[in-house]
Amino acid sequence: MTATRYRAPPADALLIRELDGLFALYHRPSGTTHLLASPAPELLDLLADRAMTRDALLDQLLRRYDVTDAADDLLDARLSELIAVGLVYAT
Amino acid sequence: MSFRVGPVGFRVGSDFAALIATLRALYADYPGPEIAHFTVRLPATAPWRRFLRPSVAIEGDYMLPDAAPLPLAQGLLAAEMAMNLQVALGHRRHLLLHASCVERDGRAIIMTGESGAGKSTLATLLGARGWRFMGDEFVLVDPMTGDVYAFPRAISLKNEAIGVVQHAIPGGRFGPLLRNTPKGDIRHLMPTPDAIARMDEPARPALLLFPAFGASRDVREVGSVEAFVRLTQASTNYTALGERGFDALADLVERVPARAIDYPDGQTALAMVEALWEAA
Amino acid sequence: MKAGCLLATVLAEPARAGTLAPAEWTALITAARAEQLIGTLALRVDSGTLPRAVAEVLHDARDAATEQRRAALWEAEMMRRALSHLGVPLVLLKGTAFAAGGLAAGQGRHIGDLDLLVPRAALPRVEQALLAAGWEWAKPDAYDDAYYRRWMHELPPLLHRERDRMIDVHHTILPLTARTTPDADALIAGAVALGNGLHVLAPPDMVIHAALHLFADGDLAGGLRNLWDIDRLLREFSELDPDFWLKLHARAAEHGAGPYVARAARLAARLFATPGPAAWRRTHVSDALFERRLLARDGWGRETCRLTRLAFYIRSHWIRMPPLMLARHLLVKARRRVGPAPNE
Repeated sequence: MTATRYRAPPADALLIRELDGLFALYHRPSGTTHLLASPAPELLDLLADRAMTRDALLDQLLRRYDVTDAADDLLDARLSELIAVGLVYAT
Repeated sequence: MSFRVGPVGFRVGSDFAALIATLRALYADYPGPEIAHFTVRLPATAPWRRFLRPSVAIEGDYMLPDAAPLPLAQGLLAAEMAMNLQVALGHRRHLLLHASCVERDGRAIIMTGESGAGKSTLATLLGARGWRFMGDEFVLVDPMTGDVYAFPRAISLKNEAIGVVQHAIPGGRFGPLLRNTPKGDIRHLMPTPDAIARMDEPARPALLLFPAFGASRDVREVGSVEAFVRLTQASTNYTALGERGFDALADLVERVPARAIDYPDGQTALAMVEALWEAA
Repeated sequence: MKAGCLLATVLAEPARAGTLAPAEWTALITAARAEQLIGTLALRVDSGTLPRAVAEVLHDARDAATEQRRAALWEAEMMRRALSHLGVPLVLLKGTAFAAGGLAAGQGRHIGDLDLLVPRAALPRVEQALLAAGWEWAKPDAYDDAYYRRWMHELPPLLHRERDRMIDVHHTILPLTARTTPDADALIAGAVALGNGLHVLAPPDMVIHAALHLFADGDLAGGLRNLWDIDRLLREFSELDPDFWLKLHARAAEHGAGPYVARAARLAARLFATPGPAAWRRTHVSDALFERRLLARDGWGRETCRLTRLAFYIRSHWIRMPPLMLARHLLVKARRRVGPAPNE
């Protein structure tokens, strides 16, 4: 059984502006605006136009970004939120 | 009849000649567009309703399916609502903020908040104290330059505000008093000749204000995230504008300081606004 | 010239826009908006030497159409994400299909709801999957619901909770009660894959659907836009395929839709000068009446020709429902308007 992989839109599908430590994000295909806090923008960056399993994602997150509080279930929670709003797609 | 308010030209037609005559008189000083951007229709709701309990329907290029008609006595309100609807649903050249706006020395204060927060009253009173009135319903933000453009239509004063403004501006050009409308008592006030004459002059936004009627005087700084969120809620076409709306709004909250003020009365509010303006 | 007529003329010959007086422009813009054709008008008319207000209105109309297209394609994508695991053919219809298929008919077009065609047997699973993915019933009325499910060609409309957009799931393209019964299985079998798991109808079927939708499924309200769609489709398909008219004729016969397709082609030729074989362009006596209905719009955006419209309204119900059913349906609707709905 192949593990679920996650992917996010390519970088040019998103417009991001940092405002006071939070990130306002415009998703061009859906026309939706989101307000995100770390590690959501980092997740979107890692998954931009590439498919990754959850474990690979966790690994990258710890290595590339200074994300200490990356416990398993927190990552799952963030991923489900992003899927629910259409920013991340599970295959 | 047709008239232009800032960048928007309207054409208004009605089964009720008296209503058109009233509008024509109120908007006599406004320039006329050769070709209107929007058409508003104010027909009788049914042929017999032209005479029997006359009732005005709110129609035009853009319509809401459940818009309730109004009695002819409140025809001016129907006209105002119909025009607002056209702009809110059909105008895309600017980002629209549901706010009031005044200008001094080429710089503008944008005031936005809940209904009844006092944006119309504050803008009207400031307009009588040396500020140029730019509008009390819509503020038009140019997505390319960030400038704001005026939309100085008839000011809609509600309930207590009517008395306050009549007292402060006894020589003003007021419309008839409309009692017991869905929004309470309403009286329209036309902007000053100066405000009308200068309606095409843009201004640089310099201060964002979120006023609220409160028990005691208070000023609070508003961060750009909160301002962004509150303004998306205050914009009728943010979503429709897509990327341009996002960029325009992000630019606005990044460049312009924002404050929330609570005020117990009009005089206090005016003083607070002047003080914040000095500091901005 | 009446506004509806002016609109059709300018769409067919955009150069005519160069000679319009201000009052005519105002009437044209108002009529175009009322007919949902302002985006189309904006694309047809050269932005070169237009009066300023007109240029501004048309520029906004183009932008609005682009935004609608984006929203429609995204809605199709979200539907795909909700339904692809079912392994059921998903065929897009109408405006969304034109846009997704990159057709000329999709450009500048006002697109509202998402229309989807699926096999009838798959309906329960599709319904369930959509409800699970955030869609809700738009009309909670029990009578309408029973009527819909038994007789209509689609599920009662569904509205997405958060995105506030409607989806109409069809299992055939005309109500089951209509006199013409197109072959839904053939429509699905002939559908063209878009490559992302979604499909659109084959070119002849697309034209047939548009013609049936225009003439056999309603009272022609908004018909001018539908006829414009047909004009664009006929031009594009016949240019790509020299045998298109033959295929269209044969396929229309298979679906029992010959007369409707023929009328559509005749009226398109009459109003928009659609090119085609001579046999498809001969006029019929009734064409003038249809033309009148299609152009019944005045310069203030109001529908005109009340008697003509009433005649077509009645006609549309006759086509959709056998007379006894029609009587019952209208009776229930009338009672509901007056008082609370009876328990059936």
